Amino acid sequence: MKGPTVAKTEFTFDDLKRILLDGAGADEEIDLDGDILDTDFESLGYESLALLETGGRIEREFAITLDDDVFTDNSTPRALIAAVNETLRAAALVDA
Amino acid sequence: MARRVVITGVGVLAPGGTGTGAFWRMLSEGRTATREITLFDASGFRSRVAAEADFDPRAHGLTPREICRMDRAAQFAVVAAREAFADSGLALTGLDPHRTGVSLGTGVGAPGALDREYRAVSHDGRLDLVDHTYASPGLYDHFVPSSFAAEVAWAVGAEGPVTTVSTGCTSGIDSVAHAADLIREGSADVMVTGATDAPISPITLACFDAIKATTTYNDQPGTASRPFDASRKGFVLGEGAAVFVLEELTAARRRGAHVYAEIAGHAARSSAFHMTGLRPDGRELAEAVTVALDAARLHPADIDYVSAHGSGTRQNDLHETAAYKLALGEHAHRIPMSSIKSMIGHSLGSVGSMEIAASVLAMKHHVVPPTANLRTPDPECDLDYVPLHAREHRTDAVLTVGSGFGGFHSAMVLTRPDRRTA
Amino acid sequence: MSARTLVTGIGVAAPSGLGVEDFWAATRVGKNAIGPVTRFDASSYPSRLAGEIHGFDAREHLPGRLVPQTDRVTQLALAAADHAFADAGVAPGDIDPYGMGVVTAAGSGGVEFGGNELRKLWGRGAKHVSAYQSFAWFHAANSGQISIRHGLSGPSGVVVSDHAGGLDALAQARRQIRAGGRLTATGGFDAPVSPWGWAAQLAGGMMSAGAEPERAYLPFDEDAAGYVAGEGGALLVLEDEDSARSRGARTVYGELAGYGATFDPRPGSGREPGLRRAIDTALTDAGCHPAEVDVVFADAAGTKRLDREEAEAITSVFGPRGVPVTAPKTTTGRLGAGAAPVDVVSAVLSMREGLIPPTTNVELSPAYDLDLVAVRPRTASVRTAVVLARGRGGFNSAVIVRAVD
Repeated sequence: MKGPTVAKTEFTFDDLKRILLDGAGADEEIDLDGDILDTDFESLGYESLALLETGGRIEREFAITLDDDVFTDNSTPRALIAAVNETLRAAALVDA
Repeated sequence: MARRVVITGVGVLAPGGTGTGAFWRMLSEGRTATREITLFDASGFRSRVAAEADFDPRAHGLTPREICRMDRAAQFAVVAAREAFADSGLALTGLDPHRTGVSLGTGVGAPGALDREYRAVSHDGRLDLVDHTYASPGLYDHFVPSSFAAEVAWAVGAEGPVTTVSTGCTSGIDSVAHAADLIREGSADVMVTGATDAPISPITLACFDAIKATTTYNDQPGTASRPFDASRKGFVLGEGAAVFVLEELTAARRRGAHVYAEIAGHAARSSAFHMTGLRPDGRELAEAVTVALDAARLHPADIDYVSAHGSGTRQNDLHETAAYKLALGEHAHRIPMSSIKSMIGHSLGSVGSMEIAASVLAMKHHVVPPTANLRTPDPECDLDYVPLHAREHRTDAVLTVGSGFGGFHSAMVLTRPDRRTA
Repeated sequence: MSARTLVTGIGVAAPSGLGVEDFWAATRVGKNAIGPVTRFDASSYPSRLAGEIHGFDAREHLPGRLVPQTDRVTQLALAAADHAFADAGVAPGDIDPYGMGVVTAAGSGGVEFGGNELRKLWGRGAKHVSAYQSFAWFHAANSGQISIRHGLSGPSGVVVSDHAGGLDALAQARRQIRAGGRLTATGGFDAPVSPWGWAAQLAGGMMSAGAEPERAYLPFDEDAAGYVAGEGGALLVLEDEDSARSRGARTVYGELAGYGATFDPRPGSGREPGLRRAIDTALTDAGCHPAEVDVVFADAAGTKRLDREEAEAITSVFGPRGVPVTAPKTTTGRLGAGAAPVDVVSAVLSMREGLIPPTTNVELSPAYDLDLVAVRPRTASVRTAVVLARGRGGFNSAVIVRAVD
């Protein structure tokens, strides 16, 4: 699956699941389509390296730069989605 | 009686000066060789600092053909091997080629040449189906770094067991350990061994940028490598080679060779945990240290200096400090230890051999090199890391360690040969 | 050093078969596994044949989290490792983790992964390079991943001696066991079938340009004109004899009884190459007389000079037509660092069945005084086998495997 060529303005739960799967695969024990919004990435089987890869893919696809500690500060999908969207909004303001 | 293995020749090619003499001067003066990258335009990268060697292959007697076919790392290895071989005096007393082998370490092989070749065959990344007609004849040898060991074997005339050891960042210890094993078991009498790496290339920078492992002190290149310091921001790439001549002790004495040190023990253990992550308790590294000490029949109290891995990442510094406390007990607080990566950066595989060279020289001079740039110690790293300045210190036995990707941990104990009786 | 080092488990990932039984079923009858390259469009390259492992889907063999972070060579290595440990019947917890290690030989490393990342770097920019590039292409990836997957906390080793490396790895593994280890997983793998990998193979200058799978790789034949490259390798579980007996290892395939390695004199010296010395060293190490050897698995380089050197070395040790010689790699092409461990597997399976697998397609050149097991398999009692491997630059290695009663 290829990301869009034009930068998108909203980062969704589906975007996150797709990027996680492409970049880091999935643990056989974990159902990414389950109720995981508030589950720690670590409990989902994603350690720091997988999150670095995921972060890099989000940055490229959405043309943003995330803080180095974005995953330390946002350890669940819900928190990360909010943080990425905040960065996207800030970037849109700069562009405007 | 078991065959004992000693170092009788040393050759170093390091950032900050070529040759063993220049290397030791830099370390003992606590100078750093980290700087803004000059080997290529690194302006697009997150981390743009490295410790580069000022290296002119022609000045070291390499022919145009040799320069053309060898990656920079192979060139380093040949130059360092020639220095070590000359230093050993074996060229004068003669060599039995069949009883002489090579064990050469490299962490990452030839990324510089591969990067350059890839650009050529892919027309700067435009072709997926690369155009092989643009490849140089040496491309295969850049892929398969046994070519490095072959170059060294040709340089010294070795026809015994020859191989390249490539265990990532422990290559520089593991290659020398392998050489020592071959002499001990009787497969060779002389081994030319050590390690080489020249990883400062765009592809290497890019992958370490991606895992945010390298420093972002781009505005303070000279003080960018800060192991055990609270302000550290990751490791600084380095490059270089260190090569040794190893011999069986009685043979070395018989020919009147200068004996630098004995390889008294070594061991390797694996975390079996994660390719890049470290278990915080340092237990596998501690186990490697304990087994290496046992092999050397030494007690932690006997160790006078530890040449630390000290890569300058927080993860490593805590892991390593924990490992020393586990393995050395109360002595961990007493033994001076330092990371020369603060001065010469982290050349991935070869740095392990460069640290063996530093250990040998520390024993020769009874001076331990410092950890440069250690001005604000991390409170969680509470051992004696010899900050800023070298220290005069009686040094008869040294422990040197390395940790690397794959979860590999290696430890080696070196002693002055007159230190213990068999 | 009295206890022997035994082979107690084997795993194979070869073009002729994934898994030991498929592999042997094809190898024992000389079934061809060389064909046109399908992993990429090779029509623009002068060499268009390969030994590929068809139908290998990493997702069926590896945990999902491992697939994106591994090159194909590591995926093949991990699949073979799973087979080898299952075959040995060793489960986590059976043996102290510090007593178990791994030593693999690597050749080109993670070529396809590395090529993809280089393309991203130069085609799209540095920020497009994967975090996994930091280890996926380096030569230690296979040992690291196998150590992690099977909980091997003893020493991890990696050797590179081009195509000879697979035997050097086995010797290093035996050394670990003799130093006090109980078990070491060992072997070698290569996976060069990608455009970037092909560029390197072609640069080496010894690839066959033949277009017919049965005529392209003809070692010891008058028409020898280079090799066909293949992918894969084998992983063996080596175990200290006492340890194997005490845990009741269910299969003992044989003993790793001898090893020797040498390096050729500098090119142009005119002196004898080192292969004969490697064989002699291995025989001495095994305490074995040449007359006891029942078969030699040849390196079979497939070029005139190297074939002649090898034939002369074999003849000088064993006498003219003194020992059956075979090269089943004619069915798969040369698997780089994986070639020799696969031959060691063939050697122990030859002992098990009492059958020497054939060298396919080859009509022995009259220039060589060899007893080549050509075209058809040969029934024979095999108790002692020699495996030879040579690497670019002058690496020579020999291993002796012996049956265990």
